[in-house]
Amino acid sequence: MSTANTAVAPIIEARQLEKFYAQPDGSRIQVIAATDLAVYPGRIIALLGPSGCGKSTLLRMLTGLAPASAGGVLWHGQPVRGETPNVSIVFQSFALFPWLTVIENVEAPLEARGMPPIERHKRALRIIDAVGLDGFETAYPKELSGGMKQRVGVARALVVEPEVLFMDEPFSALDVLTAETLRGELLELWLGHKIPTRAIFIVTHNIEEAVVLADRIIVLGRNPAHIHADFAVDIPQPRDRKSPRFIELVDAIYRVLTRPDLESNILQATEAASSSSHHHVLMLPHTRPGGMAGLLEILVDQGGHADLHRLAAELSLEVDALLPTVDTAVLLGFLRVEEGDAIITPEGQSFAQADIQARKAIFRNAALANVPLLRQMEQALKAKSNRTLQDEFFRDLLDEHFSEDEARRQLETAIQWGRYSEIFDYDAATGKLTLTEA
Amino acid sequence: MPESISAATHATPLPPTTVRPAGSRWAWAFLIDVAVLLFVFAAIYGVYAIGHLWLRPVTPESQISQNPRILPLYAFYSLVRITVAYALSLVFALSYGYLAARSRRAEVVLIPLLDILQSIPVLSFLPGVMLAMVALFPHRQLGVELGSILLIFTGQVWNMAFSFYSSLKTIPRELREAARIFRFGRWQRFVELDLPFSTIGLVWNSMMSVAGGWFFLMACEMFVLGDRDFRLPGLGSYLQTAASNGDTRALLWGLAAMIAVIVLLDQLVWRPIIIWADKFKFEQVETAKAVQHNLLSFLGPASLVIRGYRVMFRPLINRLTLTFAILARSAAQTFPVPKQMRTRRWLAVLLAATILVGLGFAVFHAVRELSDLHSEDYFFLLRSAALTFLRVNVALLLGALWTIPVGVAIGSNPRFARLAQPLAQIAASIPATALFPVILLFLIRLRGGLEIAAMLVMLLGTQWYILFNVIAGAMAIPTDLKEAARIFRFTLWGRWRRLILPGIFPYLVTGLVTASGNAWNVSIIAEYFHFRGKIVSTAGLGSAISRASDSGRFDVLLASTLIMATVVVLINRLLWRRLYRLASSRFKLES
Repeated sequence: MSTANTAVAPIIEARQLEKFYAQPDGSRIQVIAATDLAVYPGRIIALLGPSGCGKSTLLRMLTGLAPASAGGVLWHGQPVRGETPNVSIVFQSFALFPWLTVIENVEAPLEARGMPPIERHKRALRIIDAVGLDGFETAYPKELSGGMKQRVGVARALVVEPEVLFMDEPFSALDVLTAETLRGELLELWLGHKIPTRAIFIVTHNIEEAVVLADRIIVLGRNPAHIHADFAVDIPQPRDRKSPRFIELVDAIYRVLTRPDLESNILQATEAASSSSHHHVLMLPHTRPGGMAGLLEILVDQGGHADLHRLAAELSLEVDALLPTVDTAVLLGFLRVEEGDAIITPEGQSFAQADIQARKAIFRNAALANVPLLRQMEQALKAKSNRTLQDEFFRDLLDEHFSEDEARRQLETAIQWGRYSEIFDYDAATGKLTLTEA
Repeated sequence: MPESISAATHATPLPPTTVRPAGSRWAWAFLIDVAVLLFVFAAIYGVYAIGHLWLRPVTPESQISQNPRILPLYAFYSLVRITVAYALSLVFALSYGYLAARSRRAEVVLIPLLDILQSIPVLSFLPGVMLAMVALFPHRQLGVELGSILLIFTGQVWNMAFSFYSSLKTIPRELREAARIFRFGRWQRFVELDLPFSTIGLVWNSMMSVAGGWFFLMACEMFVLGDRDFRLPGLGSYLQTAASNGDTRALLWGLAAMIAVIVLLDQLVWRPIIIWADKFKFEQVETAKAVQHNLLSFLGPASLVIRGYRVMFRPLINRLTLTFAILARSAAQTFPVPKQMRTRRWLAVLLAATILVGLGFAVFHAVRELSDLHSEDYFFLLRSAALTFLRVNVALLLGALWTIPVGVAIGSNPRFARLAQPLAQIAASIPATALFPVILLFLIRLRGGLEIAAMLVMLLGTQWYILFNVIAGAMAIPTDLKEAARIFRFTLWGRWRRLILPGIFPYLVTGLVTASGNAWNVSIIAEYFHFRGKIVSTAGLGSAISRASDSGRFDVLLASTLIMATVVVLINRLLWRRLYRLASSRFKLES
């Protein structure tokens, strides 16, 4: 691990950039811990992390789309207010204007800059040609395939000749083959210096994509988001996915992503630093019990342990789809993760091999032993004479520790698990939780 | 669907249909040029005729001719009134919706206000609007004309404003961010994002609004205000006069003229606009759905409206966008930003203070007027409200009873739908108020005939909203669910209870909300009518409002209007909004 070359001045620099929501009682919900980050010219930076960890929020703060709660962004050393000058974004959902043709979409940013029609038409045509959309100038976006649409997205972003090109999971809405093609084309434009862009900042949850494209990979940890690790990638382009160095790096990133011990250390450190009254509560990964059972069964088939990276490749799952499931199994004591390998525990073994009813009992015991929230819910229900409580009661409890959205999702997950393991019943229409009679 | 509900806004239209003409466009080019030329001549004459009418000295009680030959001219007058009112509505709706969506502080006030304004029937605006306009232009017919136009406007504008507002609120985040990161100015954002994104909603609501204009045309062209009798030459007054005289022949002529105008407008204006609006549909993939439509496939994209837009409007907008962008650039360089912010804040404070003072003054006077009324008056009005409540809901129930089976039959049978839909659309476009005198002719002799007629008009005026929504709902039931019902051999009742009723529920609620709001507004005509030289009326809140307006009793008018607005808003809050929430949570069909 090393940091980037510091001899050159950064284009964009984030200093102690933070995002939090202040609560009425004076405490705060930290979404992104104070973060330092610099974008240097001549590099592709990938920001990697599981979904919902705050990658997109960080990107939006860097581009000035979202205000920072504390800290600031410097543009060539000058503090930025509002939108960051001379950057553009390629969006995950393409964000094309469906009522404008391809060329009108590409011209729109130039129009906003007051460029006369003839000149902007010329520039738009040139960039459309560069991304390989020649002949589609007058097509409407809905006539195009996903890959073509994202090419328009790239052309529109590049036409203003941004110094930094931001890309927010640009290929995740595309199928695997199209995504691969577009990655290759992007690299070709970049490596061949066919675009005036001086740096690219790409947000992704796909480890291989990051290793294929980036010169530097920043791995974000969760709750709150913080820089977990920072890799310099010095594999020469074009990169061979089969090469030992490539595989080694992917494995290393996997290990970092699945190392909760390190994560919690950092967490404690940032908490001490932020000196808020916020105390850490266990956050449930949002998974369904069924998915975890499937993972454990596969592990049993493979002899009780497997390399996570290879497992993900075999199941053709991306890291953000697999990790929450792994987290759940670890949380319940069904799985251990060591150096990127998943190893099933005896409890996990018996869970995987049990029938439906026995599984529920095992899950129930594991959940009540390891998940404080479920234990708390069970006790609260037991304390009531009618064994019934409104879900809002628990949501209010969770609201103290999580943002409103996250509190809702936490409760949903807890209810999902509690229903599955027959700790309680839930009536969605009335919002009532009732203790299941044994 | 947006969360908040209010009447007359959420009629889910049938999916617009698109087909481009197969034949060559050039064959039509010449004909179209001829048409354009004729249109220009007609327009010049039209401006002259309108100017002549509006600028002549005031003649509030112009003689309304009953000669069928005058009908084209009268139709033209009415059309101009509705068009001007619609243009005003569009401008107002865009500003109102824009303000409410952009400023959080304004939103808090403007959106509940919209709910209330929407529930106030046109006649309640009559005295204020009319007296103000006549005072503004005391010596020209223009004052009375403007009054009538503003009345039509009050019946058209609110749902459009709400539609624009809720469209603005649902623009996807990434599109908004794209506009920001690429530094769109306000104007460019408005014409390239806000307006296009809202177009489909605005088009459907415009159709509803203009239909509303025809609906209340009779009330807006001929009315008594205290001791003054206002009559404006037009289709509405022609029909009203025919009804007052009991002239069946004139009545039928008038009705035929109105239907002809409405059907022509639908085919020549609205259908092409709907086709054009299809390009603003916010979807990433092209859908294969397309249904043939007779006359429009003929005219297609070459129609006048769209041609005019392409030739005149779009270059103008492009020009403006560029100018604004350059201006904004240079403005950013010359003016320091903080100062501008400060003056703007002062202006806002000043504006808010003025509004508050005005409001306080108005409330003070209103309370004084209201306190002059006796408790018997209030008791009478509340009893009337109860009667109208009963009438409205019986009409809704009857409407639902016939439209649900028919709508489901149409919606689940594509071949039947192709036949029935255009017919239903034409039937729906006939304003029930215009049919009212004809209905009265038949029913007036019966005992309780007016009661039946009133309910029938409410039914006619509202059932279409339910029908079209039920059709849309039945079409949206997924085929695999229908197949499942067949495989498991559901009984007829089982299929309705388990599949069809839950499936159409959200659509049914949408239709009923709109229908209910409209039925209350219809009551001002259905319960009180000038017929054969006398007034026929039945007890109810609508007739109370009409009578108060007729006799110039502003205190009663104010009280009854307040009661109606309260009742309608309460029903929305207590009943419809809850059903809506239920519909969007439990009965939402997720794809």
